[in-house]
Amino acid sequence: MPDLLLELFSEEIPARMQPRASEDLRKLVTDALVDAGLTYESAKAFATPRRLVLNVTGLPPKSPDMKEEKKGPRVGAPEQALAGFLKGAGLSSIDQATVQSDPKKGDFYVALIEKAGRPAIDIVADIVPNVVRGFPWPKSMRWGSGTLRWVRPLQSVLCTFGPETEDTDIVPFEIDGLASGNSTRGHRFMAPEPFAVRRFDDYVSSLEKAKVVLDPARRQDMILHDARDLAFASGFDLVEDAALLEEVAGLVEWPVVLMGSFDESFLEIPAEVIRLTIRANQKCFVLRDSRTGNLANRFITVSNLVAEDGGRKIIAGNERVIAARLSDALYFWQTDQRALPGYEDKGKPLDQRLAKLRAQEIVFHEKLGTQGQRIDRIIRLAREIAPKVGADPEKAARAAELAKADLMTEVVGEFPEVQGQMGRTYALLQGEDEAVAAAIEEHYKPQGPSDRVPENPVSIAVALADKLDILTGFWAIDEKPTGSKDPFALRRAALGVIRIVLANQLKVSLRDLAAVDADLLAFFHDRLKVQLREEGARHDLVDAVISADADDLLAIVRRVEALGAFLKADDGANLLAGYNRAANILRAEEKKDGEGAFDSAPDAALLTEPAEKALHAALESAVSDASAAVGSEEFEKAMTALSRLRAPVDAFFEAILVNAEDPALRANRLKLLSRFRAATRTVADFSRIAG
Amino acid sequence: MSDTSLDPHMDPRRSFQALILTLHRYWADYGCVILQPYDMEVGAGTFHPATTLRSLGPKHWMAAYVQPSRRPKDGRYGENPNRLQHYYQYQVILKPSPSDIQDLYLKSLYAIGIDPKNHDIRFVEDDWESPTLGAWGLGWEVWCDGMEVSQFTYFQQVCGIDCHPVSGELTYGLERLAMYVQGVDNVYDLNFNGREGAEKVTYGDVFLQAEQEYSRHNFEFANPEMLFRHFADAEAECRALLTAGAPKVEGGHHQMVLPAYDQAIKASHAFNLLDARGAISVTERQNYILRVRELAKACGEAFRQTEAGGA
Repeated sequence: MPDLLLELFSEEIPARMQPRASEDLRKLVTDALVDAGLTYESAKAFATPRRLVLNVTGLPPKSPDMKEEKKGPRVGAPEQALAGFLKGAGLSSIDQATVQSDPKKGDFYVALIEKAGRPAIDIVADIVPNVVRGFPWPKSMRWGSGTLRWVRPLQSVLCTFGPETEDTDIVPFEIDGLASGNSTRGHRFMAPEPFAVRRFDDYVSSLEKAKVVLDPARRQDMILHDARDLAFASGFDLVEDAALLEEVAGLVEWPVVLMGSFDESFLEIPAEVIRLTIRANQKCFVLRDSRTGNLANRFITVSNLVAEDGGRKIIAGNERVIAARLSDALYFWQTDQRALPGYEDKGKPLDQRLAKLRAQEIVFHEKLGTQGQRIDRIIRLAREIAPKVGADPEKAARAAELAKADLMTEVVGEFPEVQGQMGRTYALLQGEDEAVAAAIEEHYKPQGPSDRVPENPVSIAVALADKLDILTGFWAIDEKPTGSKDPFALRRAALGVIRIVLANQLKVSLRDLAAVDADLLAFFHDRLKVQLREEGARHDLVDAVISADADDLLAIVRRVEALGAFLKADDGANLLAGYNRAANILRAEEKKDGEGAFDSAPDAALLTEPAEKALHAALESAVSDASAAVGSEEFEKAMTALSRLRAPVDAFFEAILVNAEDPALRANRLKLLSRFRAATRTVADFSRIAG
Repeated sequence: MSDTSLDPHMDPRRSFQALILTLHRYWADYGCVILQPYDMEVGAGTFHPATTLRSLGPKHWMAAYVQPSRRPKDGRYGENPNRLQHYYQYQVILKPSPSDIQDLYLKSLYAIGIDPKNHDIRFVEDDWESPTLGAWGLGWEVWCDGMEVSQFTYFQQVCGIDCHPVSGELTYGLERLAMYVQGVDNVYDLNFNGREGAEKVTYGDVFLQAEQEYSRHNFEFANPEMLFRHFADAEAECRALLTAGAPKVEGGHHQMVLPAYDQAIKASHAFNLLDARGAISVTERQNYILRVRELAKACGEAFRQTEAGGA
């Protein structure tokens, strides 16, 4: 079975686009092969900075012959219909069609279309230029005088096809003047000469000899192991970074790991800032001292070259650039701790930055005022929320005041990802309370589903204030998330509130914390459902316990848990069955007698049978016990109270004919069932529970 | 590698001016016209009409030149070893971009003393955009041992007009490159003329005082009222010249694109100074950029109606 090898050789492909591009190449080509009737055994794609490569194995030499019957018009149909049929079927005369008889429709024409299979190599020659022309790069460009688009100039296309063991053929095609061939080139500097290849096996080994490692996973592996070893040999540990590793592996065809150092005096800068400086600007890894665990004055760079001098110049060059970058970072770090020119009289360093933030009147949102106004709202809200979550109102207000001040620092200006974290660091340096400092960092949390939830009460107060201000603000101006559009990350904010409340088991009412209207509350309910579903809760149970005005998130969740446990036990499952039976009967009978016909209390005097008397008595005590338990939020107890109804309900259905002949008796029994149905509502809406 | 038979003061690894001369020589050998800097204040070599305007239209064009570039906001009163409000860019424009343009570029690095057998040279994604020129392109920043030494761009659009054919633009940061090949950490320590002892002239000797004075001017003393006026005047003049030079007959040539474009450059520089001076608010900033872009676009469209623009 023949194999197909395709290499699209270009100028440097952005690292971040390589993984997606190789996957797209594989999918586009194999989909087109299958559409053309060609099956295959395996297909694997690879990317380096200069090439996209696809290897498809086990293709047939040609596509199968196809036979197709095409039905035409009836015999004697108008000329026009016949002509259309001939054209569509590719026939030159109606004599070429056969006539078939159908007992109902009469005689009609049928064309037998036979398509001979095509050689696979011809099919590939059609497919590849189309794939190249329509390739879904996130950004593409033209070059020279041509009109072809690729991510960067496409320089050569290698495409061979043939059996596993013998010689292969070049798949012949041309894309905007670029003819396919069977040759490629190795490493840009170490092996630039072209060489010919036959198929994937010798392609990979020839590339390897020409200093190109084709598989990005292998390049990553080489970098990771070499970096670990190099660090370890000098008493350091690599600070691993999967995203950086992937990017760096996309920047080199032949990774060579080298270690350099920087002046120890730079270690005064916070470790995270050093890491970000070195990572963002230089795409280098940082190291930790194996004994102390502290950041070391070392870095690891991944070069694309086995240098003649062993990498001496490369290390020296990188060291100089990193020293210059760290000088900038050190300057930022020191500047942030000093007085801010023009604001020297506005208190401590962070207070001065806050004063500048207010003075600049930066607009947060045209309808929601400036950043300064937003900070004022958060201060007020945090102070109000604090006592409800066990926090000191003054500390919460102070933390809220300083929460955004670090946006005006130099370090955060350079590295927005350390906002909050730098605020905390600078707050401690200017002598703020530890809880206040922690809250400055933690008020942004949780950022995503895997992010930590704040636990310190001051942090909780400010985090809730920040999120509730944004939510109530955007609801007030009617800018809510729609579909995939959520530019202010309001879903994340609502989910943040939910996670903070639940993780800290906060007994709070949302409408008591802030101006949450019915629509925003419904939004919280939706987010809560999504969250609980992701945690594995049954969404029908969530629906069953959430009422439109439920704003105590913790109570909702506890109810769901209690209901879930209840339904898992025999009593619960049977009670649900009893409920469904009662509800079905009531629905049918209410259709006859009218909605609400059985809502009034049953008449005790009309209860004749022991089973109905027993149910009546059980209902009275179960309802009062369940209501009391719900009132004190003891949901399990409420469920237990309801579960006492299981036996009397079962017995009732066993012994009693609901639709008695005596209309008064019938109505009374239906009222009894209606009473039972109502009793279940004290804990949940059983009608929303599936099965 | 550079010609070892050269006098030491002509070695690009020892002399800032020799670095420039070596690049001139290299690109002249390739067939570029070697131009002199444009005689106006611009923010980057791209503003030179030899790039902005000549990258439009079908005509082939190859040019190389040094362009003094002014970025008023980057002034540091001569106290930062890497940042300057006035620096030199070496600009090469090749239209259409040749298929071996990367090799041509790498050979030019070799010519100034950077041997790719010992240096880690990488093409790292960096898409270029000039909002004021209505221009963008895809390309890379070129790294040498982790340092960005050049910008490499395939122009896709300039003055809001699609480029056909596409020009390849190479921009070398001359000070950075010189610091690298000379092995100095402070730009002011660069050897400018390649001489030693009493004859040696450093970059600091030439430019330190200028950096101090211009930083003062840019940040503290530039007169915003006057600059706002200059901006408005240049904008009006640009429009007036474009109107006055417009073709009199359908399909005729535009008569005054280059003078109009000069006014667009003037407006752009006035804006840069105002920005450094802190005289433009965040919301107004975008608006000024748009106004300059409108001028650039109008000039680009007018240039297409000239002989050099392929009309």
